[in-house]
Formats: sequence, structure tokens, C-alpha cells
Amino acid sequence: MLETIKQKILAGERLSFEEAVALFHDDDIHTLGKLATSVAEKKNGNRAYFIQNRHVNPTNICVNRCRFCAFSRSTGEKGAFELSIDEILRRIELSPEGLREIHIVGGLHPDRPFEYYLSLLRELRKHFPRIHIKAFTAVEVDYFSGISNLGLRDTLLSLKKSGLDAMPGGGAEIFANSIRERLCPEKITGERWLEVHRTAHLCGIKTNATMLYGHFESSEDRIDHLVRLRELQDQTGGFQAFIPLSYHPQNTDMGGRYPSGIDDLKTIAISRLVLDNFPHIKAYWVMLGEKLSQVALLFGADDIDGTVIEEKITHAAGAMTGEGLTKAEMVNLIRKAGKVPVERDAFYETVKVYA
Amino acid sequence: MRIGKKTALNLLRDSDLLELGRIADGIRKDLHPDGIVTFIVDRNINYTNACINKCRFCAFYRDPDSPEAYVLDEEQLFEKIRETIHQGGTQILIQGGLHPALELSFYTEMLKSIKKHFNINVHGFSPPEISYIAEKSGLTLRETLLTLKDAGLDSIPGGGAEILSDRVRKVLSPKKIRSSEWLEVMEEAHGLGIKSTATMMFGSIEGEEDIIEHLDAIRSLQDRTGGFTAFIPWSFQPGNTEIAKQEPDVNSQPATRNPQLIPATAVDYLRILSLSRLYLDNIKNIQASWVTQGLKMAQAALRFGANDFGSTMIEENVVKAAGVSFRVTREDIINSISQTGFRPAQRDTRYNIIKHF
Repeated sequence: MLETIKQKILAGERLSFEEAVALFHDDDIHTLGKLATSVAEKKNGNRAYFIQNRHVNPTNICVNRCRFCAFSRSTGEKGAFELSIDEILRRIELSPEGLREIHIVGGLHPDRPFEYYLSLLRELRKHFPRIHIKAFTAVEVDYFSGISNLGLRDTLLSLKKSGLDAMPGGGAEIFANSIRERLCPEKITGERWLEVHRTAHLCGIKTNATMLYGHFESSEDRIDHLVRLRELQDQTGGFQAFIPLSYHPQNTDMGGRYPSGIDDLKTIAISRLVLDNFPHIKAYWVMLGEKLSQVALLFGADDIDGTVIEEKITHAAGAMTGEGLTKAEMVNLIRKAGKVPVERDAFYETVKVYA
Repeated sequence: MRIGKKTALNLLRDSDLLELGRIADGIRKDLHPDGIVTFIVDRNINYTNACINKCRFCAFYRDPDSPEAYVLDEEQLFEKIRETIHQGGTQILIQGGLHPALELSFYTEMLKSIKKHFNINVHGFSPPEISYIAEKSGLTLRETLLTLKDAGLDSIPGGGAEILSDRVRKVLSPKKIRSSEWLEVMEEAHGLGIKSTATMMFGSIEGEEDIIEHLDAIRSLQDRTGGFTAFIPWSFQPGNTEIAKQEPDVNSQPATRNPQLIPATAVDYLRILSLSRLYLDNIKNIQASWVTQGLKMAQAALRFGANDFGSTMIEENVVKAAGVSFRVTREDIINSISQTGFRPAQRDTRYNIIKHF
């Protein structure tokens, strides 16, 4: 570990771009993990969070065909689906007691009007007034602003008025244009993604941020991504959690390999160290596997996401995890990592501490 | 300096995993300074699933008179060996249940016919099998081992150790040989020049003291014989096993620490792996268990004391029966090793390097 970087971290000073890149090339993962843990503990003590949540994908029909995606279909293609609002409501009714959050992301459907999304939110709000709705990535919101002709701000305000509580962080991938062109040429640019989140924050909508890593990108591209998020967070403070997403190669056009377990742990730790203004770093167990996400709690993560009923997108690309974990399993994973399990809602408010 | 049982127990109960991992990583680096991580190309062949031991943590065994019980015939066995050699394999791991109808001659004939037809290392028969063969044939352990060695047995797998604490074995596998006998088989084998590995299955009902007792028994025997080539800790997989289906008995004697049988977590695994590297200062190689932990965790294990990826497992039946199945090719293993900055190398049973990649 480069001694000056270590001293800076311990003194609570911000890392430069070059210093952050150097961390990726350092082999001392044990020290890296300890430093990340010290930062995580300053922010969240010995707590680690989880949530009882479920996923809903209204459709997999998408006008974008990102090369890393194994989930999307074209209209009429085998395996394409679209759920009606009633079908979505019925699925949520079947969820176990204690659900705190519905996570909704879907494809960019060529025909559905903006009104469908607004009435989906209204119906959800009406039927499940106590469950938070975290819905629509920046990519979807940008698309809605096109089909609604309302512009970004009014699109977001309409969604919020209809019941949107928070936005997930998907669609960020890697901001660098050179990588994005190879990864997802049809998707909005990194600049636009940041613009959507900035506007959401200004409308009072909290959001998350993600980074899809382990494909074509360099360490510099990863740090560029993190630094741009850090800059926006300095301005708005609207991000809640950062979630590094480990690339899954199966059934995608791009193929390739899974990133190594060591790379996954390093990426969590470096995210924690660079994003000094983000309250939470999430080790999303669906992507990392429950085993590695547990170990990630010792590398700076303070959240392992949730019970995640019905995850489809990562599983389409060869996730080796089950489609859900029980509350008892989450509590056990966190406890065995030596942390105090805290069940949270979508805004990181404590629901229950499992002392 | 060698650590004692008390220190080890404290490290297991209460230590910073990253600090423990760093020390284990340093020891691994000292023992294997060239950054090589090895693996073996081999196949698990289970000649029978019929077993009278009926261990409660096992999902593989069948009653000898069950319609699902099988014994492989020679042609099935040879076909599996031919495929193994065709895929670059240098070893077959032959293990099976304790089948009451199979005599010593079955085993010696099997070994002789394999050796007559193939040039391959036979890594065969864990101590419970050897003990059972001896008992049925009326020979001593030493005579049995010599007979098997003469027939072609090269080395012995470290299975059936589970936890070498009779307190735990009484609950988990009451009919299986006791700790002392497991160790006795290994000591006799080592004395005859038959090398073996040692395993530990943790995360069932054992307490922390039992784990330390296990590590200490292995280290003491290794001090006397030097016959263990590697140590392989792996975690109990509860799927489809009798002990996991049963209602927890809170009054059982001895009392069990883990009545709900919650599987060991990744953090438990890395802690025990690191501690094994610290404690077993006289065993050169520690294997990561991708079969029970998955490839990504096995990669992480390389920085927590492990220096070997075990086998490519062209075929694996026992862990699969407990509902855990990671499908992995030789290329996956080579890539997994090189991805983490180590140099992958194929080895033979005695850890001689056959080929670098």
C-alpha cells in the first residue's frame, strides 16, 4: 500500500484520480479492505443494512439492445413479455408480509404511453400505501421525457406526483464514451445519465448510482466514473447508495469472463474510498453471490440489498444465486460477518435492529 | 513460532479476518514464493453408493438393498478412466460407500485391472473404506493397506475425517469410524509410503474447540509421518441430508451448537482456511474448495492461505447430491487462477508440476 495514500485516507482527505487508480494496481488487498472498513465504520458504525424488497419488471421489450444484456427482447420475439397493471398488482399481493420496497425497472417499450407508467405508480400507491416505490432508471426516465414531450423536469415531477419515491441507479454502466460506444451504443450518454440524476435530485427525488465493471473498461475508466459521481454528489447530495455491478457474461452478445472475486472485493473497497460523500456502498448479493457479498462487508460495503423476490435480469445472464433470500438468511450473513443487521426502508430509515 | 491450541481457539473466536488473512497470505507466499497456484486434472469415480454407515450429513448414500443402489461394472469404470485420460487427467479419485457384499478381492481386482490397462494414479479409498475392508477380511490395517498397495493403490484421499472429535461424530456419523481409527489408518498408510491428503468438514454441529482438536490431531500426526500432502477444509452442505431434515433436538447429548443447521458462511470459510494455514505449519499445501464455495470465493481464498485449486472434477457426485453444483471446466480453473495474478500449473498427485499455462 502506498503510504501517502494510506495516510490521506486515515486523515479523512479526498483521494485524487491518480491515487485512486494506483489503488487498483496495488496488491495489498488486506490493507485495502481494512482502510475501506475504517471509512465505512465512520459513516455507518458497525451496522450493515438489508431490506425486504421485491423486483418488478413490467416488460423486457426494449428499443435499446445493449450488448451486455441478456434480458431484453424485441416486440414479437420469443420470450418477450409485458405485464398489465393488474398482473403487477397481483404479484405484489402475493409477496410475504413486511415488504418495504418495490424496485421497478423495465425495457424501453416502443408503444406504451407515458400514462401507463403514471397510472402504474398511482395504482401501486393506492393499493400499497406503506411500501416505497423505487422505480425507473435514468434511461427509462429520459425515454419517458421523449414520449411525454414534457421535458425532463416535468416528467420527473409527474412521476413523483403519481407516487415515485426514489430512483434506482441502473443504466450508468461506464460513463466513458469510448467504452459506452462498444457496450451500449443506443443508450443515453454518461452526461445525460448524470443530468437525469441531477434533475431528480433537484426535484427532491433520492437516487442510487451503479457502475457495470469487468468488461472492456480500464481502471482509469472506473475511477473516471467514480469521480464524476463524486462531483455530482458534492453539488446535490441526492445519492443514497453506490452499487458496483459485476459483469455477467452468459447469454449476452459480448461474452467474456466473470470478473475475479478479488477484483469484486477491490472494486467495493475502492468505491468506498473514492466516494467519500456517498453514505452507503451496496454489495448487491444477486450479482456477487451471497458469499462474496458477505465478505464485501469486510471490504467497505454496509448494505447487501434485500430479499429481492423475483430477480430476472442478472439471472438471464447466468447469475449463480437463487432468486431470493429470506430475512433470516440476510440476518445470519450479516451477523456472521461481525456486523449488526439493520433492516431498513428505501430511505435507509431503520425498520428493525437485529441486536 | 508454532501456535498452540489456546491461541488458535482465540483466533477462531475473535480476530480480525483481514489481519488473519494477511498473515496466512504471508505464510502461503513464503511456502510458495514463485506465485504458482496448482490444480490437478482428475475425476471422482464413486464405484458404489450403497453404504451401511448412513451418515446423517450425507445425501449420496443409498441402502444396499435400495433400488437406487449401484455398483459400477468394469466397462463403466474403464470408460470413465478413458475419458479422464483423454481430457489430460493424471488421477482418478475412487471412493464409495461401505458395501456389505464387496470383499477384499473386489478391491484388489479393481486396482489390478485398472493398473493393467491404464497409466494413471489411483487415489483411492478413504479411511472408513479401508477400515471396513480390513474388518471384513480379518486382516490388520497394515496388511490390508499393503495388499491394496501391491494391487495398485497409489495414494489415499483425506475424506471421512469430517471433524476428528468423537463428541461430534457420535451425533453426525455414529456408525463411521472414530477419530483415532481415522488417524491410525493414515499413520499406517504413511508408514508404508502411501501419501494422503487430509480434509475437514466444518459447519455442521461442531463447536470451535472441535475444529481446533481436528487441526491439532492432523498436525501431530504430520509431525510423526510427514505423509500428508495437503489439507482441504470445506463446509457442510445441508441439502437433502437427513440431519438437515430432522427437527432440531435441543436436548440431544452432546448438545449441538448449531441445532438449525445454518450452513457455514463465506466469512466462516475464510477464517477457518486462514487459521488452517497458520496452524498446519508442517503441511505444505492448502486447497481452496471451489466445489463448495464457487470459483469467485476460491479466488478470494488464494489470498487467505490457499495455494491449490484442487481438482477439475470431471465428475463429482457427492456434493452434487446435496444440491450444490458449480459446473467448471479446466479452462475456467486456469483462467480463475491467472485472473487473480497467480501462475496456473497442472500438477500430479504428489504436487509435482506437469505443465505451466
